[in-house]
Amino acid sequence: MTEAPRFLRPVTQPANAGMAVTFETPLPLDCGRSLAPFTVAYMTYGALNAARTNAVLICHALTMDQFVASDNPMTGKPGWWTDMVGPGKPIDTDRFFVICANVIGGCMGSTGPAEIDPATGKPFGTTFPLVTIRDMVRAQKKLVEHLGIEKLLAVIGGSMGGMQALQWAASYPDCVRAVVPIACAARHSAQNIAFHEVGRQAIMADPDWKGGEYQLHGTKPSKGLAVARMAAHITYVSEMALQRKFGRALQNREALSFQFAPDFQIESYLHHQGASFVDRFDANSYLYITRAMDYFDLAEEHGGQLSDVFRLNSARFCIIAFTSDWLFPPVENKRIAHALNAVAAQVSFVEIKSDKGHDAFLLDEPEMFATVRGFLNHAATDLSSGSGA
Amino acid sequence: MSTALRPDLAAIAAMIRPGARVLDVGCGDGALLEHLKTKNVDGRGIEISQANVNACVARGLAVVQGDADTDLVDYPAKVFDAVILSQTIQATEKPRAVLEHLLRIGQRTAISLPNFGYWKVRASLLMGGRMPRTRTLDYSWWETPNIHLCTLADFVDLTRECGATMVEAYALNNNGTTARITPDRLTHGYLGPNLFAQGGVFLLKKS
Repeated sequence: MTEAPRFLRPVTQPANAGMAVTFETPLPLDCGRSLAPFTVAYMTYGALNAARTNAVLICHALTMDQFVASDNPMTGKPGWWTDMVGPGKPIDTDRFFVICANVIGGCMGSTGPAEIDPATGKPFGTTFPLVTIRDMVRAQKKLVEHLGIEKLLAVIGGSMGGMQALQWAASYPDCVRAVVPIACAARHSAQNIAFHEVGRQAIMADPDWKGGEYQLHGTKPSKGLAVARMAAHITYVSEMALQRKFGRALQNREALSFQFAPDFQIESYLHHQGASFVDRFDANSYLYITRAMDYFDLAEEHGGQLSDVFRLNSARFCIIAFTSDWLFPPVENKRIAHALNAVAAQVSFVEIKSDKGHDAFLLDEPEMFATVRGFLNHAATDLSSGSGA
Repeated sequence: MSTALRPDLAAIAAMIRPGARVLDVGCGDGALLEHLKTKNVDGRGIEISQANVNACVARGLAVVQGDADTDLVDYPAKVFDAVILSQTIQATEKPRAVLEHLLRIGQRTAISLPNFGYWKVRASLLMGGRMPRTRTLDYSWWETPNIHLCTLADFVDLTRECGATMVEAYALNNNGTTARITPDRLTHGYLGPNLFAQGGVFLLKKS
């Protein structure tokens, strides 16, 4: 049953809050436990055509949400991918029925650690089961079925969203025609895991985390979560972009203060990133979702051979990487392309020159827009002319 | 889209049998792959230029941005019925390694290349005393991407050293026509296609 989503914090724009559907059938999880009931909060844009062949699922990254192309009802800020998704945009909502769902484990209306556990009447906290990227995709599949869609035209996502897109191709090869993983990898590297562990330790070291039961104590591990965000944010931008934007410029002062208050603009920028993040994100959700990314290794379930994941896959793939992305560097993206090539799958790979680092996929990158537009356009045209896979 | 194919590409296209699975290494804007669609060819490409890759993707072609010198190593053996390398081998860093990879990846390898033994090239260097510039090799020596030029006879020698068998060979003439030749005509004697052909198109195999 579809209803309005419940959010953790008051919504300033209830009209933009989107929808949520609660499933009573348990969702089996990779950890061996299951989740029942579970809720998926989502947004849709555009209209589903009569043949139900124009649905595009967008998968969001670690700290994003379902508000891809419309104002976020909690923050009032514009959607996170409005340059990419909308009327006349590369993912054209005049043509496509766009779906974006909050991942399970998240904190924007889908079932996650901040929700009440029906078994205890208390927030899940760290009793929430560990979820994986595959679990997130399993929940999305239920939503897609609920919306009456048998086969998606495309699954598109950047970063963790790209991991989900790949997982879609692996888990449901017959349910997706085109896959666009952007700035991602088929597995989390040691360095990726290391940065996430720093963030998690910062959260858990905050006395206000209270063993994960901060909701019961009326506290919030804001300091820890802010530090986690600050550390992570550094990994989202390139050294070059930081240098260009901030250099050694001082913040509101003429000279060094010889104290520990932020002297440099980069420091106050990071403080701001941390402070604004804790207002919109749940600390336990951050723990769970970073863990899901750490556990991601697509080849593992196929005996370590990435190409075996895609054997006989009839979907077409368009993989996009950014030259200055050091979190998910082009070489990791290209590994996916090579694995697909090895089984003669239909794959394109584009390496876009950008000095904006990992976050480039969220920014104004005309080459990325052109690539996605062209690729999607052709996938849709091939379908309507009957020559689609 | 119906513009005529470059003569060497047309010669290569004629070598590809309908329905084949093909890898075009250095596929440019995808003109050949697009053309091969009319033969129901299942085509893939590798291309170094991002603008060209984008053009290919927008045409619905499956093209991987990459470099023949470094990326062919990642392709498994004999996945493709045919591998194509058109007017590119002279611009690679290690032509021999590239050729060996092509022979490994494809059942057949179709290659076109300019002929540095072409009489106009020879004459230009002999008479002018400067690095030759021709219609097909129109670069100053200091900016040319063509770092490993060879004559058709040189190339035939290399294919033999790599243990490849020549299935078909064509001379590309100055007027855009192609003429079937035997490889021996390239490596024996001073006259013949090695002097008169502007370029060559070869179909190789290695079992």
